[in-house]
Parts: sequence; structure tokens; C-alpha cells
Amino acid sequence: MPEFDLARSEVRELNQALHALQRETNETHWKVRNPGGKHALAVGLDLPITVEIDGHAGYYCAGMNKEATVIVSGNAGVGVAENMMSGEVRVKGDASQSAGATGHGGLLVIEGNASARCGISMKGIDIVVKGSIGPMSAFMAQAGNLVVFGDAGEALGDSIYEARLFVRGKVSGLGADCIEKEMGPEDREALEGVLAKAGMDGEVTPDDFRLYGSARRLYHFNIDNVDAY
Amino acid sequence: MCGIVGLFLKRPELEPELGTHLSRMLATMSARGPDSAGFAVYGSGTAGKVKLTVSAAAAADLEAGLADLGAHLEEPLAPQYHETHAVVSVPEGKLAEARRMVEGDERLSLVGVGTRMELYKEVGLPEKVAERFGLSDMHGTHGVGHTRMATESAVTTRGAHPFSTSLDECLVHNGSLSNHNALRRMLSREGIRFSTENDTEVAAGYLTWRLQQGASLKEALEASLKDLDGFYTFVVGTENGFAVLRDPISCKPAVMAETDDYVAFGSEYRALAGLPGVDKARVFEPKPATVYAWERQ
Repeated sequence: MPEFDLARSEVRELNQALHALQRETNETHWKVRNPGGKHALAVGLDLPITVEIDGHAGYYCAGMNKEATVIVSGNAGVGVAENMMSGEVRVKGDASQSAGATGHGGLLVIEGNASARCGISMKGIDIVVKGSIGPMSAFMAQAGNLVVFGDAGEALGDSIYEARLFVRGKVSGLGADCIEKEMGPEDREALEGVLAKAGMDGEVTPDDFRLYGSARRLYHFNIDNVDAY
Repeated sequence: MCGIVGLFLKRPELEPELGTHLSRMLATMSARGPDSAGFAVYGSGTAGKVKLTVSAAAAADLEAGLADLGAHLEEPLAPQYHETHAVVSVPEGKLAEARRMVEGDERLSLVGVGTRMELYKEVGLPEKVAERFGLSDMHGTHGVGHTRMATESAVTTRGAHPFSTSLDECLVHNGSLSNHNALRRMLSREGIRFSTENDTEVAAGYLTWRLQQGASLKEALEASLKDLDGFYTFVVGTENGFAVLRDPISCKPAVMAETDDYVAFGSEYRALAGLPGVDKARVFEPKPATVYAWERQ
């Protein structure tokens, strides 16, 4: 298994080595030691490899990820898995702000808590947080599923377009145009699917979650407002 | 952008290492604020005396200015020189006169006053600034530091953080305030004095004003949530501890690590990564609009 020690090498060397891999590579499992909170670790991966980061990661870890699995054994800084396209990113500790921001696809699992703006502008990513999420999460969310085992902070789903927000605990407050919705069969199926994908289907029951989503009043044209244009 | 670091030691035997850690933390945050840097160290104090940190543009001015000060006060000042800065101790009873003298001397500027606080700031790359002042050799119970990327006012020594407007109190700030001009006018009327156009100095002055009115540090910070408009992560140093506050939307980053030995603050985890035992520390992000404070027992 190839190992990279960031106490001795630069982040750029790590990322270049990962980017140089070809699809048929046998080096499919990498270990990164001494990450020391450095930024932009394992960003822009586009092969089905696994990268284990042994410690705390800095900003934008596993950003733009495609197909790869990135595991952070500690905490992750701002914007972990931002703009992820596919693959999986798993954070064993807590995640800082804007986890999974603008993610188009793939799965982000945060085993601890996520702070503010988790899933901001999410565009199809699935996010599972075993702890709680901070304020202003799923701001302007467009597609995908956000599943939270704990509580959600202020202004959840503010100005949300679409996307499903499943929260098991308490919600401090809903943002503009975000409402609680009844969980239909499709929603339940989506929740079960995400939990299964995250390997957590046995841990919780979908009945414990409540669903929040868009009231669709904010972004649809309303004929009563025609005079305003 | 700007970077903030803070370190509060829980065990006296670690005090000789304060400067070494703080200096490394500051150097790591150079990328967040490469134009100037500053730090406050809470070191030893002498009963009945107050320390003044004084700076001058030229070493000769500093020496001459302090010689005149000593002669005027009829006190042996025994200045401790650190590059462009010097620390002198004066008896409490002569503080007002010493302050008046330093502020009236064109060659000198008063950087900070405290029973234990020493304050250093200078333009330049943070790593170099820490090196020039010899931060790594400084001892103390706690300290805060700042690396600045100027937005609201010019890159000058006086515009560098920390800002101190009161005895043993200092404030470092990441962010920018939008109502600082109106607040400065209000606080000036209330008798708080300012020496720059900087927004952070207003925040420091605001806390001083609240504390003068009898608020605790926690109450003063809580009141600032209502009265200060803008983005901020603040770290405040006081004689016996330090406090942290982030604005209600947590616009600026903050991460903390706590062990049995210390509490450390950094704008990014990178700043904390070199601390002993940090891999076993409780690492967390302070919540928005919540005051965190640590005090010496």
C-alpha cells in the first residue's frame, strides 16, 4: 500500500501522485500520514481508489471528488468534499463549515458533527451526519438528500429550491420557504437508500426522521406578482 | 482574511514554553495575513508596578525617549529592549504621569499597558516579526497573536493587532466591522480614546467601555453581539485569561483544542497541529454568537 508522509512531503506531491494514476493502476489504496490540518488534501481525484488520511485534514479535503473513496480519521476543515461529483468521503470526526458544499453526487458521511452551512447549495449529493449540523445548513439546496441523526441549527434550508432534508432531532428554526413535509413512499425510499449506502440502515429507523423541504413559493413565478415586473 | 492564534496554559511548568508555541502558531498563520503581525504575552509582573510597552521608529529615539522618561519620573526604568519595542516598569502611582509623558513624546508610541501584559506589533511577515521580537524566548501564562491582511485601514504598525485600550486587555480580530465610525463617535463622547481609524480598535474600545460600566467580560462580549455590526471572530486577552466570540453567522473560521495542559485557539487547525499532545486533544469549533472564556484559577 503506497504511503505518503506529509511531515516529509508537500501536499502538491501527494496530489500529483494521485492525479498521475491510470485507470488500470494496482495502487488503489493509499495512506496519508501526518496531515497536520493541511489544505486541499486528495482533491480532484477521478479514479475508484481509496485514500485514507490518518489525522485531521484542513480546508477543501477531497474537493471535486469523482469515484474515489476518501476517509479522514480525524476532523475535516472548511468545505470537505465540496463540489463532489461521485464516490464517497467519510469523516470519522467533526466537519467544519460548508461540508459537501455544491456537491453534485456521491456520498458524504460525517460521523461526528458538522458546523454551519452543511450542504450549502447541494446539487445532488447525499450527506449523512451522525451528529448534529450547525446553522444555515442546506442554504439554497437544489437536489440530493441531507440526513441528520442529531439536531439542526438555525435557518435550516433557507431559500431551498429542492432537496430532501431528513432530521431526527430538534430543528432550531427553518429558513425562508423551508417547511416540514409529510414523508411519502418515495421520500422514505430515498432515506432508506441513503442509509443503506452509508452502511447505517440497521442503526436507525426511517420513522424517527422528519422531512423538510421547499414550499416552492420563493422561486416560482406567481401571476399575482406580474405588476412587479 | 487575517489569522488569529491564542494559547492559554493550565500548568505553570509549561510557562517557559509559551513563546515557542505561540511563535510557531503565528508563523503557520502567515498565509492568512502576511502584511503585519502582533502578539500579547502575559508574563511575570511585579507587585505595585505596571508595565508599559513602548515603541519607536529608531532605536536611538527609543533609548533617548526612555532615558528622558526615567529622568522625569525619577525612576530607574531598566528597559527590556525587543527590537523596535521596549518594556519598562513604573510604580502604579506614577502610571498616569508616565502615560502622559509617552503620549506627549513625538519619538515614542505607547503600545500597551498592563500589570503582566506585554504587547508587540510590527509590519512584516509574521514569522519575521516573531523572530525580531524574540517571541520564542518569552515566558508567560497565556498569549494571543494576530497575522493581518489589511482591509479596513492602512498597513501600518499602529494598524496591526492586538489592540489594547485598557490595562491588561487586548483584542485580536478576524473580520471587519461596518458600524465602527458611528460607534467610535459614541465611545469618544463617553471618554474612550482612540489612536487609529481602525475598526478593531473600536471593538476593543467598546469592550473597555462596557467593562468600565461594570460588565463582566462575558457580559461585555454578549452586549457586543447586539452593538457591533459586521463579521468577526474575536479573541480577547485579560490579566487572568482569554475569551473567544464569533459573530452570529460564524463568518470567520475558528478552531480550538483543549487538553489537561492548555487551551489553544487557531483560525485554522494547521496552527494547532504542532502543539504537544494535540492528537489527543478535544478539538472543536466554537459556536456562533457564544462566548467562551477561560480563566486562571
